[in-house]
Amino acid sequence: MCLLITLLAAVTTTIVWYVQAPNNLYRVSTLCFMYWGASLMWLVDGFFCIAEGEPFLEFSSGDALLGFTVVLCGLAAWVIILLYNDPKNVFKPFRKSSPQK
Amino acid sequence: MACFLAPAAEAIVMTIVKKSMEKKEAQKVVLNSETGASDNHAEAGIPWSRKLSWLTNLLWGGVFLLAIEHIWHGEVVPWPPFLTAMNNPADIMPMLQEIASVGTSMAILVTLVWAVLVIVADHIYKRKSVVVHAAQEE
Repeated sequence: MCLLITLLAAVTTTIVWYVQAPNNLYRVSTLCFMYWGASLMWLVDGFFCIAEGEPFLEFSSGDALLGFTVVLCGLAAWVIILLYNDPKNVFKPFRKSSPQK
Repeated sequence: MACFLAPAAEAIVMTIVKKSMEKKEAQKVVLNSETGASDNHAEAGIPWSRKLSWLTNLLWGGVFLLAIEHIWHGEVVPWPPFLTAMNNPADIMPMLQEIASVGTSMAILVTLVWAVLVIVADHIYKRKSVVVHAAQEE
């Protein structure tokens, strides 16, 4: 379930990126790469599970909750990166203001 | 158990390579502007620093989210020795085997997908450059 939810997030963010492309002001591409990277890694993990006789996907509520938590953490990391880079210079007035002597 | 450490190692190495490529490209731009040489984007293609940023984003993103999963399952903790498998000597060898097999396979697959992405992107860029160049000549 975790892989499926992360794949869904990867596909959704890729669509959002393409709709906005070539404009990448909000760094949606970074979020896309994050989810695709995790999806590829979990895909490998799934194949190794099959090799060990375990099922490829685990359909449990715990794994689904993990999937949503992972997507949320990815979004949180993207927001932090976005705010740090500040592409719209929202924090510029606060950075420029110097203390009055 | 700690399979994400292999892609993390590759991510660190590729980040260092990317930074050095960015410095070289910046120096090349400065040199071109000083000598007055034309910066032919059509021939130069997509900068390697940008291509490497795709790979590092894939790797770091995957490592970060897999680390979340390992914390969820109790395999990684925020205090030393950080990997719970290190507490039991019997678990160390299986952990190292997992890093070598699963972790390395993850790093290889991500790198292969990135290589395909680079080839496709270069092909699209060259095709666009040819179309633009032909339109300018007309």
